[in-house]
Amino acid sequence: MSARTAPLPWTGFRCRGVSVRYDGRNGGLAALEDVSFAVEDGEFVCVVGPSGCGKTTLLKVVAGLLRPDSGEVVFAGGRPRNALVFQEHGVFPWMNVLDNVAFGLEMQGVGRRERRERAFAFIESVGLGGFARSWPHELSVGMRQRVGIARAFVSDVDLLLLDEPFGSLDAQTRRVLQEDLLRLWRDHRKLVVFVTHDIEEAVLLGDRVLVMSGRPGRVLEDIPIPLVRPRGTSPREESAAREIRWHIWRRLEGDVRRDLAIAG
Amino acid sequence: MPAAVALGGLALWELLVRTGAVGPLWFPPPTRIVARLGELSASGELARHLGATLGRLLPGVVLGGVPGLLLGLSMGMSTRLRTVVDPFVAALHPVPKLAILPLVMVLVGIGETSKVLLVAIAAFFPMVINAMAGVRQISPLYFEVAENYGARRPQVLRRVVLPATLPLALSGLRLALNSGFGATIGSEIVTARDGLGAMMWLAWEVLRVPDIYAALVVICIIGVGFNKLVLLLLSRLAPWQPERHKAP
Repeated sequence: MSARTAPLPWTGFRCRGVSVRYDGRNGGLAALEDVSFAVEDGEFVCVVGPSGCGKTTLLKVVAGLLRPDSGEVVFAGGRPRNALVFQEHGVFPWMNVLDNVAFGLEMQGVGRRERRERAFAFIESVGLGGFARSWPHELSVGMRQRVGIARAFVSDVDLLLLDEPFGSLDAQTRRVLQEDLLRLWRDHRKLVVFVTHDIEEAVLLGDRVLVMSGRPGRVLEDIPIPLVRPRGTSPREESAAREIRWHIWRRLEGDVRRDLAIAG
Repeated sequence: MPAAVALGGLALWELLVRTGAVGPLWFPPPTRIVARLGELSASGELARHLGATLGRLLPGVVLGGVPGLLLGLSMGMSTRLRTVVDPFVAALHPVPKLAILPLVMVLVGIGETSKVLLVAIAAFFPMVINAMAGVRQISPLYFEVAENYGARRPQVLRRVVLPATLPLALSGLRLALNSGFGATIGSEIVTARDGLGAMMWLAWEVLRVPDIYAALVVICIIGVGFNKLVLLLLSRLAPWQPERHKAP
């Protein structure tokens, strides 16, 4: 089922010629160069590229945390409420699970009682109910990441920006959290931009995959993923997916090898 | 285990004195020191000295620690302020605090004020440095998360900066108490007529060696007590810290 079928407030946006340079001792570093793409309502867009290609920078620009040196991000009705989910450590260690999940609501001025009720209802629905009073350090990495994602969904955002959220998880945990995320996305209909360096993950999750080059990051290709959801259920779909993954890898391989050569 | 080592050491000490291997005048046996502590407690003399010492130490630590905390937090948050103030902190912090007692006495007189002020100065620096370090060690990620969810400056302060700084600020308090304690005893040795430092000095003048040891024992106990107190505060106020990050 596609998320695009339901009428939604238009939360799509357009990146136009976005470039970002970081100042440095050696004259600075171009992180993004002339990045342009458009994202539509309710889409699940994956951004894939070699590490260090400016994917995180791109998310920060979209989130409004970083001003691009040139170019712009245009939203239909002004920048919508958005939430960034980081790879790790985005959960505050000094707040328990409940307060962490309720943090977005707290910042929106939702009263203590209401925000706790809403946060609790949500964490119960994702199976963290028994850990509402736990400290983050008492949780596994996967559970902490669930907390971060729950916080984003509870906070009534229209745009969800995920920065390699499952990058540090073991394969099985990742699998479960991917399914969680897809279910939440289906139920809550948010626009999702999901950054990953994992091609398989990108093809499994995205409606579209933006392939980015090595530093400075540019959009090499914008690939629609025409596979029906839930994915990975039929052999024929799997062979189509494999072909897309192969295609993406061919686009990236040169940059990855180049970066390794420079690093070595 | 440490208790066993201490008891063993004391037993050895007692034995060496009793057998005449060590002179009892300079090394009174532990039993003698304990007895003397009992006498000093009973007469109320110990309480008087202890009260005087704490009466300088605690107000001094508050007087120096609170501004130190506030300045340290501000320096942690403002690069501009840090750039201006940090060189002065770096220059003044290593100065032995007792070395400025003469100057302090010239400025405010030889009374209680000079001693409390000296303690305040001694407590001020560790507090500044730790509070500043506490803010600076906060991962920029947490600020980004807060900003991303629309936190304003007061909310960032209350929900991110203060809780994240708390553990290091408390270890600053611990250092401030130790440093202030040193300044208290030192200034009492130099100028006071009461307080544990003065008690030791008077005991030396009349060669009442057991009194010196008795005062040292009390100083040790108070010092250990402060450390325990701060650790208790830490586990109460920052229960979110994983065990391995807690000070032993």
